[in-house]
Formats: sequence, structure tokens, C-alpha cells
Amino acid sequence: MSEAVVDSHAHSAVKQPAESPVTPESWGKLGMWVFLAGDAMSFGGLLAGYGAMRASSPDWPNPLEALGIELTAFMTFLLIVSSFTMVKALSAAKHSDLPNFRKYLLLTIIVGTVFLGLQAYEWTHLTHVGMTMSGNPWGAPLFGTTFYILTGFHGCHVFGGVVYLTCVLFTGMNGRFLGENSSPVEIVGLYWHFVDLVWILVFTFVYLL
Amino acid sequence: MMANEAAAHADHVEPNYFAIMVILTILTILELMVPPLVSAKLTAGSLLVILAVAKALLVALYFMHLRFERTTLSVIALTPMVICVFLIIMLLPDLTSTTRTYTPVEPTAMSETADH
Repeated sequence: MSEAVVDSHAHSAVKQPAESPVTPESWGKLGMWVFLAGDAMSFGGLLAGYGAMRASSPDWPNPLEALGIELTAFMTFLLIVSSFTMVKALSAAKHSDLPNFRKYLLLTIIVGTVFLGLQAYEWTHLTHVGMTMSGNPWGAPLFGTTFYILTGFHGCHVFGGVVYLTCVLFTGMNGRFLGENSSPVEIVGLYWHFVDLVWILVFTFVYLL
Repeated sequence: MMANEAAAHADHVEPNYFAIMVILTILTILELMVPPLVSAKLTAGSLLVILAVAKALLVALYFMHLRFERTTLSVIALTPMVICVFLIIMLLPDLTSTTRTYTPVEPTAMSETADH
């Protein structure tokens, strides 16, 4: 402990545990980063598999014609906005601003839920058009398989994120995560931004390319 | 380096989050303009990938604060990307061989050799 104090030439109240050099604030943050690295490999594997099937298929449908781009572009915008409200919630928590912390975290949850609703709407529409896991009217059946698996796996992450955010909101309702104790908010934020980051890639590779 | 100093305390200067949200939105609009405007497949594809990577980097560096963390954390975050690029490179030879079997020339060539 005393070593840590000497090391940092203290210009503020220093109480970093010397045991965690990568993320001095909390072990949980490092844990989340390691989890996200693993999760990124899951998404990477799925995307690479999707690319391999698409590249070796002679009749892959044009996603721009088969899938609705306007709605998904709006969904992308929603996730970007929710990432913004998430950093605002963290910033409010760090500045011990309880009302804004609640407001922005609630907004994040609402926008995430709207995203899930729109995805459900999109899937319903696509199944009505005849696109399923095993076939579609436009060409290679794997087009539907990879689409539902990729967007579904991402949707599960969004759902998990909404549940996680709700838990943090309810636990932090009375100001438990303010000021120095804001690390759980930062950790849920990391997860939420990761879900946004993955959607940016999914949107490009599945819808636009 | 300055990054180490910043990482020692979480109280770095807060980036302008609103500006980053606006930039992300603009990049998304640019992405939407690529398919109708750029007809060359390769150019359009590379543009889209560059835009997507730029957006992902913005989210990671500023929203996830990777810019203000220690370098080791960036190494952890970059590891899966490196592995994924490696996976794609390993898949490439397989892809070209699969498309080759799709060309209609091969089955006739094979049946001819079977006759002899």
C-alpha cells in the first residue's frame, strides 16, 4: 500500500490496490474486458463463418434488396444514442449526480428495449416474406441461416444488456454507485458499448456489403 | 507517456461525448450513401469496411475509454481482432478451392477421364 502511494507522486487521495496494474480502479473492469475479448472471438467466428459461406456461394442474394435498410439504419442510430446516454449515466455517477444517473440509465434501457422491439418487428416481417432458417425466396438458403444466427446472437446480447442495466439501475437507485463507487456502472457501460460496437460491424457486413 | 499518467487516475478530461455521437451518426449516413453512389464492388466494399472500422474505433477509444487506459488493456482488446484476421487468412485458400469446384467445366472433365 505504501509503495503505491510513493509511486504515483500523489496529487489526489490515492488508494489504488497495487495488485491490479492493468485496471487500478477495479478487478471487475479487467474481468469484463477479458470476457469481452472472448465474446469478440465468438462474434468473430460467426462473422468469419458467414463470410466463408457467402464467398463460396454462387447465388447469394443481395442483402440491400432482401433486407430493409432504412429500419436497420435507424436501429443503428438508436444504439449509438444509447451508447451516448450510457456514458452520460457513468459521467453523472462519477460526479455524484443521482437524478441524472437515473435518468440517463433509464433512457439507455428504454432505447435498448426499443431496439429489441424493432428487431422483433423486422424478424416477423422477414418470416412473413418467406425468409427462414432453411430457405428464402431470393437464393442461397444459408443467407437466412447466417442472418438469423448473427442478428439473433447479437439480439441475445442486447437482451442480456437490458437485463444487466436494469439490475444496475435498481441496485443504484438510492445512490450506491456514486462518486468513488461508480465502477459497476463503468463495467455495465463497457458491456453495453461492446454490444453497440458489434452491431456496427454486423450492420456493415450483413446489411450493407 | 501521457496515457499512463491518465490511467493512474480515472479523472482524465472527459471527451466531448455528444460530438462523438454526432460523428458516429454522420459516418452511418456516409455508409448508407456508399451502396447507391459507388457501383464498383471492391471500392464500395473497402469504403464500407473502413467506415465500419472507424466507427468501431471511436466507440472503443472514447465510449469504452480505451484511449485513457493502460496499453496492456488495448493489447487484450486487440487480441481477438488479430486472431480473427488470422482465421480469415486461414479460410481463404479453402474458399478459392470451393468456388473452383462450382465451375461447370470440372464434372465433364472428370467423366471423360472416368470413361478411359
